[in-house]
Amino acid sequence: MLELTGVEIRYGNIRAVRDVSLTVGQGELITLIGSNGAGKTTTLRSISGLLRASAGRIMFEGEDITRAPTDRIVAMGISHCPEGRRIFGSLTVGENLRLGAVTRADRRAVAKDLGEVLEIFPVLEQRLGQAGGTLSGGEQQMLAIGRALMSRPRLLLLDEPSLGLAPLMVERIFATIAELKRQGLTILLVEQNVHHALDVADRAYVMETGRMSLEGPAHVLRRDPRVEQAYLGGGEVRA
Amino acid sequence: MIEYVVQQVVNALAAGSLYALMAVGLAMVFGILRLINFAHGDLMMIAAYVAAFGLGAGLALELTIPLMVGGTVLVGLLMERVAYRPIRGAPDVATLLSSFAVGQILQNGTLLTTRLAGQPTLIAFPAPAGLGGVAAVGPITVPLVNIVSFVAGIVLLGMLTVFVTRTNLGLSMRAAAEDLSAAQLMGIKVNRVVATAFAIGSALAATAGLLFAVQAGQINPYIGFTPVLKAFIAAVIGGFGSIAGAVLGGYILGALEVFVTAVAGIGDILPPGSVSPEVRAFLQQWLPSALASYRDAIVFLFLILVLLVRPQGILGQRDRGDSL
Repeated sequence: MLELTGVEIRYGNIRAVRDVSLTVGQGELITLIGSNGAGKTTTLRSISGLLRASAGRIMFEGEDITRAPTDRIVAMGISHCPEGRRIFGSLTVGENLRLGAVTRADRRAVAKDLGEVLEIFPVLEQRLGQAGGTLSGGEQQMLAIGRALMSRPRLLLLDEPSLGLAPLMVERIFATIAELKRQGLTILLVEQNVHHALDVADRAYVMETGRMSLEGPAHVLRRDPRVEQAYLGGGEVRA
Repeated sequence: MIEYVVQQVVNALAAGSLYALMAVGLAMVFGILRLINFAHGDLMMIAAYVAAFGLGAGLALELTIPLMVGGTVLVGLLMERVAYRPIRGAPDVATLLSSFAVGQILQNGTLLTTRLAGQPTLIAFPAPAGLGGVAAVGPITVPLVNIVSFVAGIVLLGMLTVFVTRTNLGLSMRAAAEDLSAAQLMGIKVNRVVATAFAIGSALAATAGLLFAVQAGQINPYIGFTPVLKAFIAAVIGGFGSIAGAVLGGYILGALEVFVTAVAGIGDILPPGSVSPEVRAFLQQWLPSALASYRDAIVFLFLILVLLVRPQGILGQRDRGDSL
């Protein structure tokens, strides 16, 4: 469904990501893990077109989207739920959700999807008229995910959905991710919470200083001593 | 006395409407692009010239207005496409300089055109029937254009409110103003939203230009300068980038200006016997008619006070990290 081949991304003269290749198959939940600054977010931003890859190719459902503008990529069915939630704080919860579907013409289908999103996150229903900025961190994350779902994505890019949340809320968010996968949604999940990410994912990629260092089925990587030492048990990051 | 107060209130609302109409355009563009478009005032000037041309040619007001609005919107869109879009993402200083350049080009272009047409720099604005004259309700008389300005301001700003809250495009505009890259992730086309902001801003500036020209009775290629400066102040007082803030700032500024002018020399205006001689002497000493000439200084003083208390403006939000 999604295929990155030899992607390189530069910030000016600095190569932030080099030779990154990964594939996401239909219905898969893939996680991209690694320490802070490894290039995970940068990779996601290149997929949604916010950053241009300076080399390599990004294919989505057989179409080359390496140089496509973000609005086109969204229209093709990729929805990116960004790091730090990035909800529109001065707009209401309802308006935030409407914005997730702002490019869709079919009002009736949008209304139906709104109902489904509110079913997944019932707390948002009581807050529809409230400004997004007044929500708690966990509620904001639910709103961000709900908003991303409102575009009816075929591929959902989730960047650090558990960052800065209370443990109970982290459980809640990961349960939602698992449920979305069960419903058949294809997800590429970037996480620092390696333990949880490997629990829900089918396959995983490990990034280190801008490169892929490991990849494999999530349950295999969970037992990999290098992953255990670096991300699950603590200690020095060295693959 | 009551007539005087009513007249001044109408004047304040009229001035406020003009500032608000101008400030909203500045705020919309700044909200999305962080561009301070000082050429915005020249759109108002262009509109006044198109209107003068139309009315001078004997066109009815009903036909002149669409011509004027259409022409101004065209210039506004062209300005965005030619001068701002190619340098989008450049440092703020570069876009600011670009806006000064656009303003100069529009002013000089207008000047050149009037010269070629054999006209002087300052031309009389042909007051259209229906906008000139005074409205009288009993003893109260106010210029008709002031009432029209206020009504036009309320109606147009009301329509803008409906647009930004009820339509998808309006909602996209507010989202883009709050967080441009997050808005892009919603699939919003930045170019379309920016063009919309310029088009709406131009149309509102065109309306302000017509009303301003009728009030002033004469126009020259530089009439946009003071209004854009005032609109900028209004937008900053209200909270730069916020549409509601620009409207609020516009009316505050209008009220403040009219208030300063109205109380200046109040001791001389008050009818005999209405106040004791001591009060009159006090007013004459502390609110002399010469105070009116310090109007702009007082306005700027107020701006400084507002910014000292609320650096982000009355309705503004503190700057957020806007990089994704």
